[in-house]
Amino acid sequence: MSEEKHHIVPYRVYVFVLLALLALTFASIGITSIELGEFTVAAALIFACVKTFLVLTYFMHLKYDKKYIVAMVIFVFAIFFAVIVITFLDYLYR
Amino acid sequence: MEQNAHGAHTHYDAEASKIGMWLFISTELLLFGGLFIVYSIYRYLNADAFHLAGEELNITIGAINTVLLLVSSMTIAMSTSTLQLKKKGATLGLLAVTIIIGLVFLVNKYFEWGTKFEHGIFPGSEHMLNEFSQGEILFFGLYFVMTGLHALHIIVGLIVILFAVVRIQKGTVHENRAALLENAGLYWHLVDLIWIFLFPLFYLIH
Amino acid sequence: MQKENVANVANYLTYKGKHKGLLGWVLSTDHKRIGLLYLYSIMTMFSVGVLLGLAMKFELLAPGKTIMEAQTYNATFTVHGVIMIFMVVIPGLPAVFGNFLLPIMIGAKDVAFPKLNLLSWWLYVAGVFLVLSAVIFGKGAPDTGWTFYAPYSFKTGTNLLPAIFGAFILGFSSILTGLNFLVTIHRMRCPGMKWSKLPLFVWTLYGTAWIQLLATPVVGITLVLVALERMFGVGVFDPALGGDPILYQHLFWIYSHPAVYIMILPAMGAISEIIPTFSQKMIFGYKAIIASTMAIAFVGYLVWGHHMFTAGMSGTAQYYFSLLTFIVAIPSAIKVFNWISTMYKGSINVQTPLYWAVSFIFVFLIGGLSGLVLGSLAANVHLHDTAFVVAHFHYIVFGGTGFAFFAAAHYWFPKIYGRMYDKGWANAGWLIFFIGFLALYTPMFYLGIMGMPRRYYDYLDDFHGGNILSTFGSWIMVTGLVIIIINLIRSARKGPAAEINPWRGKTLEWTVSSPPSLENFDEIPVIAEDDGPYNYK
Repeated sequence: MSEEKHHIVPYRVYVFVLLALLALTFASIGITSIELGEFTVAAALIFACVKTFLVLTYFMHLKYDKKYIVAMVIFVFAIFFAVIVITFLDYLYR
Repeated sequence: MEQNAHGAHTHYDAEASKIGMWLFISTELLLFGGLFIVYSIYRYLNADAFHLAGEELNITIGAINTVLLLVSSMTIAMSTSTLQLKKKGATLGLLAVTIIIGLVFLVNKYFEWGTKFEHGIFPGSEHMLNEFSQGEILFFGLYFVMTGLHALHIIVGLIVILFAVVRIQKGTVHENRAALLENAGLYWHLVDLIWIFLFPLFYLIH
Repeated sequence: MQKENVANVANYLTYKGKHKGLLGWVLSTDHKRIGLLYLYSIMTMFSVGVLLGLAMKFELLAPGKTIMEAQTYNATFTVHGVIMIFMVVIPGLPAVFGNFLLPIMIGAKDVAFPKLNLLSWWLYVAGVFLVLSAVIFGKGAPDTGWTFYAPYSFKTGTNLLPAIFGAFILGFSSILTGLNFLVTIHRMRCPGMKWSKLPLFVWTLYGTAWIQLLATPVVGITLVLVALERMFGVGVFDPALGGDPILYQHLFWIYSHPAVYIMILPAMGAISEIIPTFSQKMIFGYKAIIASTMAIAFVGYLVWGHHMFTAGMSGTAQYYFSLLTFIVAIPSAIKVFNWISTMYKGSINVQTPLYWAVSFIFVFLIGGLSGLVLGSLAANVHLHDTAFVVAHFHYIVFGGTGFAFFAAAHYWFPKIYGRMYDKGWANAGWLIFFIGFLALYTPMFYLGIMGMPRRYYDYLDDFHGGNILSTFGSWIMVTGLVIIIINLIRSARKGPAAEINPWRGKTLEWTVSSPPSLENFDEIPVIAEDDGPYNYK
């Protein structure tokens, strides 16, 4: 198993991902400059999440990694999300 | 997974280093996570003040820094591919570009903070205490803490990459022993990931 | 790493590497030596903590000032708390017995990152000295309580900063240990050592390591925020600048409640090793214990708010936290049933470790059930910040983790030192300690219900009787402690040689020599399909 060679990611994948990330960045700047009221935050965060997904999957090679590493990462994000939600149980209903 | 315990003498386990790094990244995520919790609670409690304070920040500088970090993320990711393809020169070149971009990011940050200080915006300043509402003070307090901690991570990341450069030059990091470079890359992407959230949360939400 | 090719040249205690004498220890990357380094440093800090505890109990012998002023008392309970929590019980079982036994139990020669392991110990030492420097230098020892609650933690004039940074570094040491263990368990298991064949102590270390990894950074950043608040006035927790002190409590307990499980899970693991060995019987419900371990680790991460019921949280949050607190009690109870069912109809071999293990179950039950009293909203209003809370968490943290620590010490002592202790003295020490423990903490339940608040150097005359009993208890307990420790130290030097497997245990550490050789195994073991950690015939 340790002899298993790395999956060599072609350069063009990285270039495409970078272009997508840049496009998303400018899109998020654009969309937040429009007055969306309460949805500004949501819009900005959705764009940030998509970018995070791209970085994790391609730049950080999760797409080519073993499933249990992916599971670990998902678990960490999930538990952080749970902590935020629970903390808000206090502040939302005070 | 069971067959790798033999040969502890010359033990090199790329996967062990990789999950070690991922676990460390998890820790770092939760470290920043604590700050994101603080941010989100205070934003919820002081929505208008955060809105107002966010407009003080310069979107252009923030956007430039975002682009810089994204590009540097790509260059270091590419360097892991070039290393596998045994192109040592290209690998070192890409890493050099990454380091330079990281330094430019820090210089930008320095000037950005500098202008804030000139305008009397820094933690504990008289100007802030007299002129700003509590929400705005919180916003800038968090702004300095979070971007400061992020800058600290950039510096650490640069040092790690520098280590990788030296070891690649010496030939002790190569296509069959790439863990150091891979991990430097993962760490650098983490720094990028955090910025991906810091940028909209501080610069764009206005 | 320095390694000899010829096996069994010397065991890990006598082995001479590049460095000689003390340097050969403090620079050793051998997991067994690091485990012992932790043992000695932790026991040193434990002694300091015990002395501070004794001083507090002496102060409470009579109402009014007995031996110290109120401010001194505040500093004493703060430093006692910081030492006992961050330097003794959190690293306790994982860093000492985890380091020593984890690689052996999974059939490996060392942990995944031996140098990182040594770095963890050095960070631990650095953290210890930083905290102690806060006590010795500056304007008085910290007086905030070990919780460093805002806003007092940045208003107090005492020398708090080094203590905060010390706690931060201790946390970092803990994270690195956890990380090391996780990678070791994932990557270094010997052939045939499937997840379903891991000893339960390893499983609990696995759950613990996840908590260390995911909870510790949160308190790390929180302490940094408090430090920044003190230095620059950032405003994050300062109500004068719009900050919310309750948010500090949230962040603090997001770590510090799971920290309780960092303390107790490996303790449960050690007990789960001891009970089957001394019952010579397969552990009852192996998978149930694993499942409950992971459930405790996971649910325990999400219940922190029950420390804050009277702090001003929303009602919704209170219901939620109370409910989950009750839910997290279920897996703990499952374990207790498993241990007792394991002993049922076993061929029980009554030895010192079993005494400790059984008394562990007893005090842990009382500690756990009193926790449910505190977890119910109505009772909490009455009992919050009373001596009841002190009694409850000492039953868990000291009665649980402390008893398991001594159980583990007496169980693995022959393996660690290759010598056997004097069983008569060990049993006598246990009995005196146990009686002292009950006398020391049980009256506090009563005092708390009667309304005696915690963290005061003075009390009303009504509480005098209970406090006298409690103080006497502390003297009895320390007598037992002294007997236990002297017995172990003497036996480590002069005790009779121990067999390889004195208790007839089935886990891998009982197959290697006592004390183990430098590389643990001459040949990496292979676990057969029908073999397992608790296969007693």
